[in-house]
Amino acid sequence: MIKVTNLTKNFGQIKAVNSISFSVDKGEILGFLGPNGAGKSTTMRIITGFIPQTGGNVSVGGLDVSKYSLKTREKIGYLAENAPVYPDMTVFGFLKFCAEIRGFSGTALKKRVSQTIEKCFLANVQLQTIDTLSKGYKQRVSFAQSIIHDPEYLILDEPTDGLDPNQKHEIRTMIRDMSKTKSIILSSHILEEVDIVCSRAIIIAKGSIIADESPKQLRMRSKFYGAVSADFNAPVKSAVISDLKKHKTIKQIDIKNNNKNLTIFPKTDKSVILDTVLTILNNHNTKPVSVFVSKGSLDEVFRSLTLGTDKLL
Amino acid sequence: MEKLFSPKNIFTIFKREFTGYFESPVAYVFIIIFLLLQGFFTFNIGQFFQTDQANLLVFFQWHPWIFLFLIPAIGMHLWAEEFRTGTIELLMTLPVTMFDAVFGKFFAAWLFLGTVLFLTFPMIFTVMYLGNPDLGVIICTYAGSFLMAGAFLSICSMTSSLTKSQVVSFVISIVLCLFFILAGYPPVTDFLSGWAPFWIIDIISNFSFLTHFDAFKSGVLDLRDFIYYISIIFFMLYTNSVIISNRK
Repeated sequence: MIKVTNLTKNFGQIKAVNSISFSVDKGEILGFLGPNGAGKSTTMRIITGFIPQTGGNVSVGGLDVSKYSLKTREKIGYLAENAPVYPDMTVFGFLKFCAEIRGFSGTALKKRVSQTIEKCFLANVQLQTIDTLSKGYKQRVSFAQSIIHDPEYLILDEPTDGLDPNQKHEIRTMIRDMSKTKSIILSSHILEEVDIVCSRAIIIAKGSIIADESPKQLRMRSKFYGAVSADFNAPVKSAVISDLKKHKTIKQIDIKNNNKNLTIFPKTDKSVILDTVLTILNNHNTKPVSVFVSKGSLDEVFRSLTLGTDKLL
Repeated sequence: MEKLFSPKNIFTIFKREFTGYFESPVAYVFIIIFLLLQGFFTFNIGQFFQTDQANLLVFFQWHPWIFLFLIPAIGMHLWAEEFRTGTIELLMTLPVTMFDAVFGKFFAAWLFLGTVLFLTFPMIFTVMYLGNPDLGVIICTYAGSFLMAGAFLSICSMTSSLTKSQVVSFVISIVLCLFFILAGYPPVTDFLSGWAPFWIIDIISNFSFLTHFDAFKSGVLDLRDFIYYISIIFFMLYTNSVIISNRK
């Protein structure tokens, strides 16, 4: 388990991280979201022992990171931002070096390196020097380095940055498959990714945590969550609209496109209103061409939460 | 209390760095330039043949001056490059101590310099062909030169951790190394002796690489000279690791 308690980091006068606390259990994938400069990378660097904190505590597997830096680093796999790798080495040489530092030797070393190369789809470039590779490949080499020792804890700073959609899919699947036996923290700018991969998400802005819940709960904060959007061939009669408005589960209706598109919002308890809407439409013998129930948009929640912090702070 | 260093990790880092030199053109360019300069200074400027002596004094006399420019060229990338490319974050989050990293890199560069020195061996055969040199003195001076190279290198490693720019690192290294040469350079000590008390000149010149290298050149293996170079190396590398800890 990774446990962060009242973690604070100051760079001179600037408070990069301001007393944040959270924990990640085995089997969990925690998504770290936030605008640029929110303190995501700083928090990850402290957890991995790269920089010391100003205050608070970080423990990894029950060990204090500032006291047992080496022991905790042995258990952590870390993919740093921008995937730093030695450009003059070959992919194979680099992974062999990392595995050696991680304590592998002899046949175990060779096996581990070739398995990781296979896993990360690097076989066809393994003898190339890293500086000849594209950004996506470099990212994968760096990812390979972070999982080479099958660590209990994985810290991934923007793991799919620079990858094409297929590669993104592969890496996400790999992260999800590994999650059963590991605690994983990953940061991302891609909200869709957090929704697909993570079991929990933390939104951090200006060094403070402003939300810590599952992606679904986050989406439920969106005003579009559970809203029913319906398209019609002909303008909807006002009688239909007033009937819809009167219903106790319906909060509000947005009318667009000359009464041909309705977006119907549920009351704040986010009750399911699709049945109600369809029944009312049916009663008036009005048939929609298409109906869509919104799952809420993380994007919108993210923006409303993080833009709000500018005013709060 | 966690361990301070692990010989295995030092060796792994050493191996990576050392093979790295030979995988890039840097090593070969360096070797060729070093040997050419060494030959030029020994035979053309030092007039090796005209001295009519079967020893390598003329050859060794130029070592500090060639080191002054060439060792910063080797040392400048050691840490500046790690900071520039961001690999410092990779290296320092692997389970290695600061000591492992600093010494692993240092030993690799030092052994590389040792290899370059070794490649000057035809000089030994030349003097052996020409006369009856004192091989003891030659080996002793080689040892001194190797130690002095290590001291130069430790300074360059330290300055390399101060900056992201290899050029800045190169220039600072040369200035610092120059100080360690000039402190015992006869024109400088002569100038000082005009007005400074003897004990001050003694202290200053004792800080110089030249003073301690002279002892090796005369074939004297004094423990004090040995300790001098080793302590310079340790002091510089310790400063080096403190700088990295504070900069990362």
